[in-house]
Amino acid sequence: MIKDMFQVLAENGRARPELEPKLPPSDLQKLYALMATTRAADLKALKLQRQGRMGTFAPSLGHEACQVGSAFALQRKDWVFPYFRDLGTYITLGLPLKNYFLYWMGNEEGMRIPADLNIFTISVPVGSQLPHSVGCALAMKYRKEQAAVVAYFGDGATSEGDFGEALNFAGVFKTPNVFICFNNQYAISTPVRRQTAAKTIAQKAIAYGFDGIRADGNDVLAMYALTREALEKARTGGGPTLIEAFTYRMGNHTTSDDASRYRMEAEVKDWSRRDPIERFRRYLRDKGLWDESFEDHVQKEAEDLINKAIEEAESTPPPRPEDLFIHTYKDMTPELNDQLAELRDLLKGGPR
Amino acid sequence: MMLNMVQALNQAMHQEMEKDPRVVVLGEDVGLDGGVFRLTEGLLEKFGPERVIDTPLAESTIVGASIGMAVAGLRPIAEIQFMGFIYLAINQIIAHAARLRNRSRGRFTVPIVIRTPYGAGVKALEHHSESTEALFCQIPGLKVVVPSTPYDAKGLLLASIRDDDPVIFLEPTKLYRAGRQDVPEDPYEIPLGTAKIVREGEGVTIVAWGAMIPVAQQAAEIVGKDGIFPEVIDLRTLSPLDRETVLESVRRNGRLLIVHEAPKTCGLGAEVAAFVAERAMFQLDAPVLRITGQDITVPLAKGEDYYYPSPERVARGIKKIMES
Repeated sequence: MIKDMFQVLAENGRARPELEPKLPPSDLQKLYALMATTRAADLKALKLQRQGRMGTFAPSLGHEACQVGSAFALQRKDWVFPYFRDLGTYITLGLPLKNYFLYWMGNEEGMRIPADLNIFTISVPVGSQLPHSVGCALAMKYRKEQAAVVAYFGDGATSEGDFGEALNFAGVFKTPNVFICFNNQYAISTPVRRQTAAKTIAQKAIAYGFDGIRADGNDVLAMYALTREALEKARTGGGPTLIEAFTYRMGNHTTSDDASRYRMEAEVKDWSRRDPIERFRRYLRDKGLWDESFEDHVQKEAEDLINKAIEEAESTPPPRPEDLFIHTYKDMTPELNDQLAELRDLLKGGPR
Repeated sequence: MMLNMVQALNQAMHQEMEKDPRVVVLGEDVGLDGGVFRLTEGLLEKFGPERVIDTPLAESTIVGASIGMAVAGLRPIAEIQFMGFIYLAINQIIAHAARLRNRSRGRFTVPIVIRTPYGAGVKALEHHSESTEALFCQIPGLKVVVPSTPYDAKGLLLASIRDDDPVIFLEPTKLYRAGRQDVPEDPYEIPLGTAKIVREGEGVTIVAWGAMIPVAQQAAEIVGKDGIFPEVIDLRTLSPLDRETVLESVRRNGRLLIVHEAPKTCGLGAEVAAFVAERAMFQLDAPVLRITGQDITVPLAKGEDYYYPSPERVARGIKKIMES
């Protein structure tokens, strides 16, 4: 395994007791359930996509520990700026699963984030959400709200100008930001060695004047413990932190991608031995917190949740013409009114 | 009070920041230096470094951070030092500021103002004479505003700050200190999306904005000696466009001349000509004419006059359209 990486659970599931976060057994089981639900929902989404019931999306397979572990450390007042591979983050933070399916089925309604969740909308242009997270953190500071702001992104994003600009801003203004990079080794086909000549992504923080640390991204307890610490530091005026979650994208970049074109099967196999869920399962089993009946229970609950979400998403009617117009500005402009009227008229006439 | 445009805009920001603690200003040299054109003078002293933020040189994050602040409930005014540097922020403007309301189905809005000096006519360095307003006018979700007088500048900026959508606020560099005008002390708004007939006339309508308004006015003086009295419309807001004011005038006058300093091809003049053709074609007595910047890179000082529409060039255009 990689050296100089923060790890609580070894690959065999054995914990280093001095590093174990103090979580009650119920929370440990909850972490497991969230990861299992994430995987089940992700695999289900893949099936739906193959059946033509969902559009292109970015699978989260292999990211369960870094997504769930980090998000589990957040408090409700904290803000989250996701990227586009965040299923476990959403599930952990309580975004209705229906929203996730609905969005990737091609309905904007899916990104209507409930008002009581401080989750920002998806950011597809790579790395461009990082400046938003810094602005949000500046606002928290100005308003003296003791809240932290998390931004998620991949290793590819660290090559973008917005990464450098945003982390530099954060360092200069000592903002309450936590930057969490899921270094899953690939940006579509481009391996991380083509993104940077630096040994780690974490070390980039040094140049911006704050701490960076690399965590084992397949170790849910490591991700939880580090994120919690960074959030606490941010909330209490200690400034930003960069966390590099060292992980692996087990699936394709998106459902339109074929990773076998650019990476070796042996590499994928090697990483599959470090599966984040299996590792945590061994840990729980050793603690007496996991058995077959618990697994059955978790899987059953996940299945019910997922099926209900899909049913809700698939029974959501497609947008009406006006739904596509009314959110362009606060008020409709005369030109938009004209175009909407023309579209309605066209629809009334049916196909010509 | 007699104010030039710089003073009028500065007063607007002072007054709105006093009234609304959500308003913050950020950009390069906006604090200690008061802005390279002194637009933000006195704001740091009065409102402190948490509200008047001297940023690193990072246009994308000046705009991107403004978006994040807006999402968290603030109303940022971001200054881009010159329009020629706004391209570094264009992804944030187009991919996010313009779209967030739609992407979030109205939960997240971006009430930010991006102020930037624009335009030629001041014999400036490369990248300091840009007039690429049409780029932004094609983006759904953005508003684009250009004042041409101190009075309008104050009222339009106040309306822009209070507007719930992102506004690109283009300040004609040439007019910053071009003259003083009586500007009321009390805050007032000029509604966005309203053009104004700044010179009544007949026989021909000139549509222009920003620094081309005084040029059109001078051209009207020139042709006045020949008994031609053009009507001049200042669009003031380029997006959304006040089409009705233009159409009403063109229907009355039967001729349309569009003047802009941006390059001709795909300039906003093309849109004005197109909607007039769509909706008032048969009220036209002559083909629509455009007098614009050339389709070339804005020249440096020595060659600028070849590029920039002059009152004489506009006057020739008026005569030509009257003869056709």
